[in-house]
Amino acid sequence: MRAATLAVGCVLPLAIAANGAGAATGPDVADFKLANGLEIVVVPDHRAPVVTHMIWYKVGAADETPGKSGLAHFLEHLMFKGTQKNPGAAFSQDIAAIGGQENAFTTSDYTGFYQRVPREHLKEMMALEADRITGLVLTDAVVKPELNVVLEEQYMRVANNPGARLSEQMDAALYLNHPYGRPVIGWRQEIEKLTRDDALDFYRRFYSPNNAVVVIAGDVTPDEVKADAEETYAKVPVRTAANPRQRPKEPVQEAPRTVTLADSRVEQPSVTREYLTPSETTAKPGESEALDVLAHVLGHGANSRLYRTLVVDKSIALTAGAYYSGTALDYAKLGVYATPKPGVTLREVEQGIDAVLNDVIAQGVADDELDRAKTRLIADAVYAQDNQATLARWYGSALATGQTVDMVRSWPDRIRAVTAQAVQQAARAWLDRRRSVTGYLVKSLQPEESRS
Amino acid sequence: MNAFTLTSSTLRHLAYALALPLLVTAFAAPAGATTIERVVSPGGIEVWLVHEPAVPLIAMDFAFIGGAVQDPPGKAGTANLMASLLDEGAGDLDSKAFSDRLERRAIEMNFSAERDHIRGSLRTLSENCDEAFDLLRLAVTSPRFDASDVELNRAQILSVLRRQTTSPSDIASLRWWQTAFEGHPYGRPVNGTPETLQAITVDDLKTYAHKVLARANLKVSVVGDIDAETLKPLLDRVFGALPKEPDLAPVDNVTPQGLGRRIDVSLDVPQTVVDFGGPGIARKDPDFMAAYIVNHILGGGASDSRLYQEVREKRGLVYSVSDSLVWLDHAAVMIGGTATRADRTNETVDLIQREIHRLAENGPTEEELIEAKNYLNSSFALNLDTSSKIASLLVQLQLDGLGSDYFVKRPEMIAAVTLDDAKRVAKRLLDNGLLVTVVGRPQGVAASTAPPTAH
Repeated sequence: MRAATLAVGCVLPLAIAANGAGAATGPDVADFKLANGLEIVVVPDHRAPVVTHMIWYKVGAADETPGKSGLAHFLEHLMFKGTQKNPGAAFSQDIAAIGGQENAFTTSDYTGFYQRVPREHLKEMMALEADRITGLVLTDAVVKPELNVVLEEQYMRVANNPGARLSEQMDAALYLNHPYGRPVIGWRQEIEKLTRDDALDFYRRFYSPNNAVVVIAGDVTPDEVKADAEETYAKVPVRTAANPRQRPKEPVQEAPRTVTLADSRVEQPSVTREYLTPSETTAKPGESEALDVLAHVLGHGANSRLYRTLVVDKSIALTAGAYYSGTALDYAKLGVYATPKPGVTLREVEQGIDAVLNDVIAQGVADDELDRAKTRLIADAVYAQDNQATLARWYGSALATGQTVDMVRSWPDRIRAVTAQAVQQAARAWLDRRRSVTGYLVKSLQPEESRS
Repeated sequence: MNAFTLTSSTLRHLAYALALPLLVTAFAAPAGATTIERVVSPGGIEVWLVHEPAVPLIAMDFAFIGGAVQDPPGKAGTANLMASLLDEGAGDLDSKAFSDRLERRAIEMNFSAERDHIRGSLRTLSENCDEAFDLLRLAVTSPRFDASDVELNRAQILSVLRRQTTSPSDIASLRWWQTAFEGHPYGRPVNGTPETLQAITVDDLKTYAHKVLARANLKVSVVGDIDAETLKPLLDRVFGALPKEPDLAPVDNVTPQGLGRRIDVSLDVPQTVVDFGGPGIARKDPDFMAAYIVNHILGGGASDSRLYQEVREKRGLVYSVSDSLVWLDHAAVMIGGTATRADRTNETVDLIQREIHRLAENGPTEEELIEAKNYLNSSFALNLDTSSKIASLLVQLQLDGLGSDYFVKRPEMIAAVTLDDAKRVAKRLLDNGLLVTVVGRPQGVAASTAPPTAH
């Protein structure tokens, strides 16, 4: 077998191997600011004659006034209702006419809009998007049906889905004071009361060139983009001061919380625990990277600790894993989860999870595990280069949460520098039950012993 | 941070991805943008290659004609279980050793079963290409099907099936297919049922693999940092040991049944899920492109489609509504879906029926036709901006029996559709009656939450 392998091997790439330092975050990224404060990032990708054009506003659900939950997301929907210059669905019709795609998204920290279009239409998109920063026009005739659309969206994403409902309850329990405890889509009774005026107030307060980042990835050069931006985005006046994003902070968390959601439709129980952790933006140097590696060692892939122990060796779970997503302004979460095999209780599975976590806290991770996790994470940065939209999202979400282009570019190197000691340190520091919520998804509320 | 990302027009319809070949949005790339090479290995394996060295990775996609239609009688789910086990250990490597080898080099290998095909994909950094192709060879030519892995995967699929029993979208879809294709393999769930899944033995899996994983029914594409001369011998290394001919049971051609029926399933959920559909038009039918355009106008996923405008934008009845043409090897269907509050379900279903009827009767307008053609012509490159998407399309074109010059021909085929064609085909496509499945609270039963103010 090996002889055959040698005879017909693959050609190695030239200089840019995945392990080559600095090569992993893609091509030459340009980053500049217009006089009105709008930051623009250009990520060249010349493989196809296509561009991804995104605008990221530094405002999300965590910036809503209490009582108005869902407003950031509702405004995102209303941003498609037209401006004075481009009334009604003119923007969307333009995109459809050129075969483009568009969509938008809202999280706790940011609101984004994007189009993917043939490259020659980029400037048109920039002009339309620039117009939309301050030109939105809303009437009750369009606002009211859209509120119903959002309420249907809440049904689809949350109300119809017991797992999503548990997740909302867990966030509400995890955050004692920070607005990350509110669902992005909003609490239903508050969504129902949102009005046109609410949306316009929020829009005027947060939508301004100095509170946004534009990311353009694709078949363009920074010089072209600069020239086009001067004729489009640069003409948008500053509307509000870019205020520092100060949200209420979490107090010292002292008590582990548990949340149980029972629904007769639950046919597969599960347990999930989430720990409050620092984000990439708030972590000390190296800490967020160590959490990335820790989550991988714990719960990514068939050889991760949780899967190997609970699913394969002990055979008490059907699935098990872990996650950490550090891209956030204030806090992030490290989550672990498992679904028990029929006949196994949630308590048994949770004890299994705790045994795995305690072992990592006490013994740390092996070099071998560390290498495997780092290889995977660094490779993700190379795989991302195959998808300009992924690259654009990567830069946009980082910049909208207080990071810099340099931080994104240096991420693979920072992962490479993570030591086994740092991973154990992160486990010790952050896998602390007192700063956690454990969620149980069950069919009915009954004594723990009889759950399965 | 709240990791919950919301989009304003996500299509629930993606749930049909299993059955839905990539909706072809051509590739008539500006001159020289992308070249497809048809490469044949010394052992006779053909691959469509796009050599793209700009990013140091390689994406390979492939399909074996076969799929869930080849499940033995009473053993629905065999293809799916078999596919789930191909990357769970092969040759001398048990599942732990095999996954360890993949993870050490960050190699991604996936297999899945569709109604008509077993699909596979491989993604690797080009520096790990040797290892990746070696592991793929083991996976397709000597899977182990160790008892412990079989039982674990079976248990995982059973868990999915249990969940589906109370998921409105799964129920709506399963009932639709079951009713439309009763008595035909297309009416069986690809994942199987708890009973059929329990009946599958290791021998069944081995027999299935032996019958379906062969060279004559294999379609392969490769995109990325590898050239034809390097690729040729690797193809033989990976697939050369497979039997030449598959041993496939004949499958009847079939058309969907139950048109004009509405099936209501009672489930206590706040939002009612609706699937609707009828006969489509075969991929090889001369009217296919006209039907594709008509369907785009009706509900093809763009925000200017009639269904999106009438049902969502004007009335706020739903968050998403769309439909697609799905072409299978032995049937063609048009199928769509939406979801709305129980007390607005009838209004929504009626409105969709009315819009479909209106398009069938009058056809599209000249303006709609022009816009749809423009859209379909220029959106092609947008869907082909990643190696994986290109690789997937190249396999689909081969399965559909289209030439590698399809990218050049496609704009001509679109241009050739006249308004008369569109009107005639709208009638042909949309005047057959619909099979509708509705899953939610029965009408007249009050919702447990107070209904929001409407209009």
